[in-house]
Amino acid sequence: MGLLARVPWGLVILAAAFFVPAVGSRFYVFLANDIVIWALFATSLNLLVGVTGLVSFGHAAYFGIGAYTTGLLMKKLAVPFLLAFPAAGLLAGGFALFFGFFCVRLTRIYFAMLTLAFAQIVWAICFKWNEVTGGEQGMPEIPYPDFDRIAALPLLGGWRTAEYFYFLTLIAVAVCLWLLRRIVGSPFGRMLTTIRENAERAEFIGVNVRRYELAAFVLAGAFAGLAGGLFGIFNRGVFPDFAYWTKSSEVLIMTLLGGMGTFYGPALGALVLILLNQQITSYTEYWPFVLGVILVVLLFVFPGGLAGAAQAAARRLGGARRA
Amino acid sequence: MLEVRDIRKSFDGFLAVGGVSVKLDRGRIAAIIGPNGAGKTTFFNLVTGHLKPDAGRVLLDGRDITGLAPHDVCRLGMGRSFQRTNIFPKLTVHENVQAAFLSHRGRGRDLWSRVERLYREETEGLLASLGLLEHASETSGFLSHGAQKQLELGIALASEPSLLLLDEPTAGMSATETRETIRLVERIARERGLTLLFTEHDMEVVFSIAQRITVLHQGLVIAEGTPAEVRADPQVRRVYLGERQ
Repeated sequence: MGLLARVPWGLVILAAAFFVPAVGSRFYVFLANDIVIWALFATSLNLLVGVTGLVSFGHAAYFGIGAYTTGLLMKKLAVPFLLAFPAAGLLAGGFALFFGFFCVRLTRIYFAMLTLAFAQIVWAICFKWNEVTGGEQGMPEIPYPDFDRIAALPLLGGWRTAEYFYFLTLIAVAVCLWLLRRIVGSPFGRMLTTIRENAERAEFIGVNVRRYELAAFVLAGAFAGLAGGLFGIFNRGVFPDFAYWTKSSEVLIMTLLGGMGTFYGPALGALVLILLNQQITSYTEYWPFVLGVILVVLLFVFPGGLAGAAQAAARRLGGARRA
Repeated sequence: MLEVRDIRKSFDGFLAVGGVSVKLDRGRIAAIIGPNGAGKTTFFNLVTGHLKPDAGRVLLDGRDITGLAPHDVCRLGMGRSFQRTNIFPKLTVHENVQAAFLSHRGRGRDLWSRVERLYREETEGLLASLGLLEHASETSGFLSHGAQKQLELGIALASEPSLLLLDEPTAGMSATETRETIRLVERIARERGLTLLFTEHDMEVVFSIAQRITVLHQGLVIAEGTPAEVRADPQVRRVYLGERQ
């Protein structure tokens, strides 16, 4: 136990992920890229759900805003990725500030419904604003970032563009997850936890609950926007359904499946759900049915998600060994 | 220290607190007593900003704090414990108290430091003075009821208040726990020079430590004075103490 806990698992997994293009086919790179982006999206949501105790049904809004921001900037204005990517986080964070200002004034189910309402407004705008977003048809053919200069460097040449983009995604997501991890482990993160645990008491240790909730909402929105910015490029196009409520529920399911009580739980949930989806849809067309069953089992048998169940098992093993 | 002037609050026509005034000097220990439904908790909530009064003023050190939000009231030096135990149940005992230090010392906006390294000494010192140090790494929600109440006192003290409001600090405690808690509260109030205002249903406790007592009945003050004066008051004997004898 002690030795296992000291291994920097985050770095080990990151290093392993860099080898996927070397050992796997194009398809595996595609799959891995998908997982890595969703891992960031789900972890950003968990800042709200798991850390602050705010359940958002509309987190896809910020994912969509980020995707459209990067997509529009790179495709229509030829802005380089290094500017278009942070812009996705900034704009999504800005919208989260505006929407969140209203949302944090409500609690529980009313909060959740308002996040959903704002997300549907975002979706409707993306769906109808033909001149800018391409409307229902979306915005295909988002260009990849320019990798020519990197490919020209010694030792770094020879990969396909999609593989360079995968490496870039890995680095960007690793940095984002590291930042999120620092935030969760900071005094600010602890204040968010006190709000989750007992908002009334938090208020009376001097925490301005609404303001901290809004700050968490903005940060979660910004990181979701960054995930969206990457996803638009990865997907070779941005479409209104990025902001649709089904995306919000998908990311919420990942968070629950992986376990919202741990930092890496949601990322694990993204991995498992995407792999399951990919496996099961190749056998049967009843994926939604299988997903439903998984959810029911999850809620009743593993309320702490996969990460929670793994922790409990590890504790039991550790306890048995000591006994 | 604390001055409450003619404060009123009604809910849907029901008069919960009808013009209560209380004045409390620095370093004093005062109690508010009254039968269930007399308006004690409502009065506390009006003072701490959890409820907005319909009329009247609350002054803390001469400063008007009427209608301020609870987090602002807390920052101005008022600590509070709640009638229903109010802690952060999934955090450890240490983390509960540390969170209050973090907030009080203005570190809540720090998104970068590692939280576990902060205010360790202060937290452990406070836990030791409460007799909770041996439970420091336990999940607070699993503590005994009495220990949770003590922890709540610790959370309130970590905000380094000059005025402490305790809403039934011994509610639900056994006789032994009650005695211990009261001794603890008294000692800490003395050591820190705290001004203390509390509500309590245990009359033995009230008359043993309070220097001033205010008696509420149906939202109104029916008596105010030293324990001896209150005990001798005929109206108090009739409506309140009499009920229990």
